[in-house]
Amino acid sequence: MSELDSLYREVILDHYKNPRGHGVIEGADVEAEGMNPLCGDEVSIFVSFDGDRIDDVKFRGRGCAISQAATSMLMEMVRGRTAQEVAALDREELLEEVGIPLTPIRLKCALLGLGVLKLALHKGKGTPLPDEWAGLAEDLELK
Amino acid sequence: MTAERKLDARKMRADFPIFEQLIHGKPLAYLDSAASSQKPRQVLDAMTEFYETSYANIHRGVYDLGERATEAYEGAREKARGFLNAETTREVVFTRNVTSALNLVAYAWGLDNLGPGDLVLVTEMEHHSNFVPWQFIARRTGAELAAIPVDVGSGELMLDDLDAVAERGRLKVLAVTYVSNSLGTVNPVERLAAWAHERDAVVVVDAAQAAPHRTVDVQALGCDFLGFTGHKMCGPTGVGVLWGRRELLESMSPFELGGHMIRKVTLEETTWNELPHKFEAGTAPIAEAVGLGAAIDYIGEIGLDAVERHERELLEYALPRLEEIPGIRLFGPSADRRAGIVSFEVEGVHPHDVAQILDWEGVAVRAGHHCNQPLMSRLGVPATTRASFYVYTLAEEIDRLVEGLHKVQRTFA
Repeated sequence: MSELDSLYREVILDHYKNPRGHGVIEGADVEAEGMNPLCGDEVSIFVSFDGDRIDDVKFRGRGCAISQAATSMLMEMVRGRTAQEVAALDREELLEEVGIPLTPIRLKCALLGLGVLKLALHKGKGTPLPDEWAGLAEDLELK
Repeated sequence: MTAERKLDARKMRADFPIFEQLIHGKPLAYLDSAASSQKPRQVLDAMTEFYETSYANIHRGVYDLGERATEAYEGAREKARGFLNAETTREVVFTRNVTSALNLVAYAWGLDNLGPGDLVLVTEMEHHSNFVPWQFIARRTGAELAAIPVDVGSGELMLDDLDAVAERGRLKVLAVTYVSNSLGTVNPVERLAAWAHERDAVVVVDAAQAAPHRTVDVQALGCDFLGFTGHKMCGPTGVGVLWGRRELLESMSPFELGGHMIRKVTLEETTWNELPHKFEAGTAPIAEAVGLGAAIDYIGEIGLDAVERHERELLEYALPRLEEIPGIRLFGPSADRRAGIVSFEVEGVHPHDVAQILDWEGVAVRAGHHCNQPLMSRLGVPATTRASFYVYTLAEEIDRLVEGLHKVQRTFA
């Protein structure tokens, strides 16, 4: 398999073209957004809670295939889990799911959605933003 | 009558060591010269030789080496003067790049000459380097900032309402790019300068994308300040030029302060060195200036007329081929009204994905906002993919770009 085939493998393109959990939750408990100024990738994430559990989560955004597909995969991964569990989610778990080799620049694309989601949980449930996110949060202009 | 000089891009490539390698197993199709050009051996050798034989700090040493280094540096200034057809080297200031040249003007001229009621006019297609400094200085001084709009269809400035735009204040400065780094549009700088001068405004030209590709004659253009940079025209990074009218440069306060730019320093007061040294604080980019001088010689030997013709031929080849691909939207004017820069959008595919797939084909293009965010807003896109040409660009590389774009579309189909 060439590098190209592996980066734009079927599952990435499928998530890019048919994003899961795409849309807006009206009256969401919390929302957060972020962008990657380098690429212009944008992601907004909406979360509704049932207690501490993520009852529903949706995103909308625009950007490269990696950023949008990774966020789509993330939506499937976290629905039904608790805010604390997802706040502690290791980024490797998402990157494994994404499953492609990423250069440092494209890594930021892949992690944009996770950064925005952790920020939403932080805003909604006061979960900690791990140290490793502090620098990234600045890069991704999370707000 | 002399015959038209013709540029042989394949022969040119032999001068550029970068092309000796393969990228992802393929020859490098470097279509990002608008970001920075590659460097010919002649420039690299000139810098190495200078470092190995003539290097010392300049304008100080009484020893032989210091004098030779000074001569080389000032020799490069004379070459830059000739390149711009400036009247005197006193008007030729070495800077770090165009950004520092334009910041110099915005600060050293703008802070003392702008105030409430004044109007700073830019264009929507300015690179951030000729936009952000003016926006910042206008805010600091209370001046008004306005932008000449860009027509999305033609990729050209909308000049019909120019007089109306100028009514928004006392026009004090017009800052305009000679060639758009995103669209390739060649702006009518001469006409704009004449118009601005009728209103006693100062005209600042960003020639970053013009100087590598066409003759830039500051006297013919009739502007007041003009900046260009070495690294986009076969020269090294770290050196650019600000040209300014002598009487304006003389009337201005210095920008950076420190060594070399002074005449006399006491605890109470400092007086400034004469032009151009007043604007060259600290140790200059000496070897880089020497490299720029070599780049000017290199391009002079090819002939800018030949460079311009070569790029037009490439554009005439590229534009129809790109246009006929369904789902590709091209920005910018026709081949005869632009420099060798083509920005486009591939429907449904983000420019970064386009550039990534092209990279695996050995085709290097730029994806992003090109430091043109107001222009991207006007075009209604977050970013574009941009291919840009130079003296070493081959028609077959455009074929490879087109093939690569088909592959992009197949991947995302």
